[in-house]
Parts: sequence; C-alpha cells; structure tokens
Amino acid sequence: MSQGWTGPIAWVGRSALDTAAVFGRFGNFTGALGRALPDARTWGRLVIVQMARLGVESLPIALFIAAFTGIVLSLQASYTLTGAIPTYFVGTLVGKTIILELGPVLTGLALAGRVGANIAAEIGTMRVTEQIDALETLAYDPMSYLAVPRVLAGLVMFPVVVVFADAIGILGGWITAINLLDLSTPEFVRGLRIFFDPFDVRFSLIKAASFGLAVTSIGCFYGFMTTGGAQAVGRATTQAVVVSAMLILVLDAFWAVVLL
Amino acid sequence: MSIKLDGVRKAFGARVVLDGIDLEVHEGETVAVIGASGAGKSVLLKTIVGLLEPDAGRVTVDGLVVAELRRDELYDLRRRVGYVFQFAALFDSMNVFDNVAMGLRRITGMGEDAIAQRVRDSLSRVDLSGFETRLPGQLSGGQRKRVGLARAIATGPKYLLYDEPTTGLDPVTTAVIDDLIQRMARDLSVTSIVITHDMKSAFRVADRIAMLHHGRILFTGTPAETQATRDPVVRAFVEGRFDLVGTEVS
Repeated sequence: MSQGWTGPIAWVGRSALDTAAVFGRFGNFTGALGRALPDARTWGRLVIVQMARLGVESLPIALFIAAFTGIVLSLQASYTLTGAIPTYFVGTLVGKTIILELGPVLTGLALAGRVGANIAAEIGTMRVTEQIDALETLAYDPMSYLAVPRVLAGLVMFPVVVVFADAIGILGGWITAINLLDLSTPEFVRGLRIFFDPFDVRFSLIKAASFGLAVTSIGCFYGFMTTGGAQAVGRATTQAVVVSAMLILVLDAFWAVVLL
Repeated sequence: MSIKLDGVRKAFGARVVLDGIDLEVHEGETVAVIGASGAGKSVLLKTIVGLLEPDAGRVTVDGLVVAELRRDELYDLRRRVGYVFQFAALFDSMNVFDNVAMGLRRITGMGEDAIAQRVRDSLSRVDLSGFETRLPGQLSGGQRKRVGLARAIATGPKYLLYDEPTTGLDPVTTAVIDDLIQRMARDLSVTSIVITHDMKSAFRVADRIAMLHHGRILFTGTPAETQATRDPVVRAFVEGRFDLVGTEVS
C-alpha cells in the first residue's frame, strides 16, 4: 500500500525513535561502565596492557601526521605572512595552530580510525562469537574486563600521544623553517614564545582527554551492541569510526566555546 | 539441589521463543533437551545462567531464583555452573592454558601453582595434556570443544550445561565428546543439561530426554521411552522423518 504524503513523516518519526533508542542504550552503557569502575581487581592490570596497545602503538601514526602537518603549516605560514608581518610569526602560527587545534584534532581523528575501529571490531567479534557470554559465565563482568581498561587507557594515553604529536609537529615546522625558509632558529623560537601561554597546553590536553574518552567509549559501545555475524562487526566498526570522528569535531567546538 | 524451570517465557519482539517451559533436572541427572534448529534450546540454557532474563516464570538453580540474585550473587552461582558453548567461545587472544585458567583466576586465594595444577588436571580429563601453549586458532573443532569443556570443569562446578556439544563434528569426534560428557557426569557427579539435535548423542548421554517444540516441553522420558513413544512430532524428530508431521517440526 502506498504511504503517500505520510511516508516522509513516518521516516522522520522512525529516525527520531531510532536515534532516541541509541541515546537510551548509550545511557545504559555509560551507567554500566560507571558501576564497573569499583571492580579494580578485574581491570587493574589490564589498563597497562591497553595503555600500550592504544597509546604506545598509536605513536607512529600520530607522529607521522604531526610531522607533516608541521611542515605544511610552516610553509603555508610563510606564504601567508608576507609584507609587513615579521617572518618570525611563522613560529607563532605553527606553535599556536599545532597546540590549540591540529595536534589534538588530527591525532584524535587518526586514533578514531585506528583505536576506535580496533576496539569496536574486537569487542564486536567477541560478542558474535559468544566470548562475552563466556566471560559472564566465568563470573567476569564484561564491562570491567573489556570496557573500563580501554576507556581509562584512552583517557590517559590520548593526552600523552598528543603531547608527543604537538612536539613533533612543532619540530617539523622548525626544521622546515630553518631549511626551506629564510628563518633562523632564534627567530622561529621567538615567534613560538611570543604569544605562548601555558594554558594552551592545558587546553590541548583537556581536548585530547575528552577525545580519548569519546573514541574508546564509542568503540566499546558499538562493539557491545553488535548482533549477528561478520557483516554486523563491519557495520559496528564503521559506525564507531564515523560517530567518534563526528564527536571529536563537536567536542572541539565545545571546548573552544567553553574555554577560549 | 537441582535446576528447575517454572512457566518460563521468553520472547524477542513479537517472536515467542519459550512459551511456558516447565522442566526439572534432578541432582546427578543428565537431561538432553532436543528440538529443531531455532526452537529456543540455546535460549533455554542462557536463561538458566542468567545470560537472558525470562519475561515470565522462574528459573531456580541450586535453590536460588536466578532473576532475584544481585550481580555478585549471580557471579557466585555461575562459579557453580560450567557452560560449554556451541562453538567453544574460546578467547582468541589467549592460549589454551589461559583460557582454562580464566575462571580459576576469579577464585580468591588460589595461587598460580594451584591454578596451573588445576589447568593440567582439567586438560588431562579431556585428553588434551600438552596443549597448554596452543592458541585456539591452532586447534581442530573437536579440540576446541574439549578445551571449552576443560574450561567449564576447571572450577569444579556442580552443574554442567552443554550447548550443542557435537554440532559440526565427525562421528568419531562426536563419540569422543559423548564419552567425555558421560565421564564428567560419572566422575564429577555433576548435574547436566545437554542441548542437542543429534539423537544418537542424546540416547548415549542422557538419563532423560525432553523435547522442546513450539516453545514448550512437548515430551519428557527416558531414552527407552523416547524411542517407544507414539507422539508423531517426537517420532518425526527421532527418526528424522518429516513425512510424519509434514514440515511442522522445522
């Protein structure tokens, strides 16, 4: 039977209900995550393992992105700052942009792909192969065993990775400035320091921690919600990456509005 | 102590899977639950350990109503129940030793030496001594199921629940698993429920057979009574003859 003009309205209604259901399930998930936190006996030693997997193993990709971002920023700053503006502002632009924005955001987006996808695929596979049920039957709370270590590791390690990314980004900008631009090290450093505010680093770390929380909890959420088979794992992985990336951009704007 | 289901009902959306299940498994008894694929046999098993909560009715294990237990009480109960999954559900990232040791590591005060000894004993019971360092990916289907059984018995459970333990196995490996189920019941004095649609296995391992059909227990009886019954649905299933009931069974 044709739905006629009511079709689009029904679609909007269904979409709204589906979205509300996802929010509801995510609320339940975060509640369960909170209840699992006191169970440190289960997640204690696993946090260290996850810190290595999510943080240390993510360093190469994060540093690679940061280094090239620094190079490009340095060249674009030099291209933009012509005429009356002193060239040492290249250092200012590279430093400010890397620390305030590109360091945390590009690292966050890269880790949404690497870490978020990894978590959703791993937990999703465990869900569809009944490994999560097996954990339950062996008296393990899956939230304590799987979700809490990953979320805590993300919360701690994303800022650590971002600190390294910020440093390497600025280093890339500096090497470019002294080799490809007519800029000396003292000039670059002068530009870097002239508007430097320690708050910038705190801002970068707060953003990174919130991105870590978002990416890991979204990855865990979609992993736990997986039902079906291999196709469902693939879908959960994609959803985790897309939603994490969107959430990073929303959080980026949120912190800019709230803290700057 | 026993496992008792009273009027257990479970639906997924509009689809009613269990529609008032009444079943009691007595201490030391092995009951095989048979039924067509999709009849709700695995759902039945999952309600017993609280992996699924019934919409109505009551599941009592070891004198405790499962749905009324707090989370820590439920985990306490699960330590007394071993669950063997259909596809073993071994943890991919862990070797056989760690898979079997998982449940033991939840037991407060059990040292690594005691855990290692218990793991070796459990693997020896399923004839897999020396497999400790292998990863699940390096095992055959039958070996995986035996590791799953070793993991289930490692904590010394009073109850063992088997979810289609012989599905997908060749006849020889099926006989090996059946023999293990019988040995576990005999040597460990456990109360067991075996979900299966393999009638040969059911006749071999069960003291009693219950048939699940259209969400209800249609029939219960000893293997001899099952073979002698005139009920057309049970006979169709036992003899593998859909002509007795048309396509009703599936």
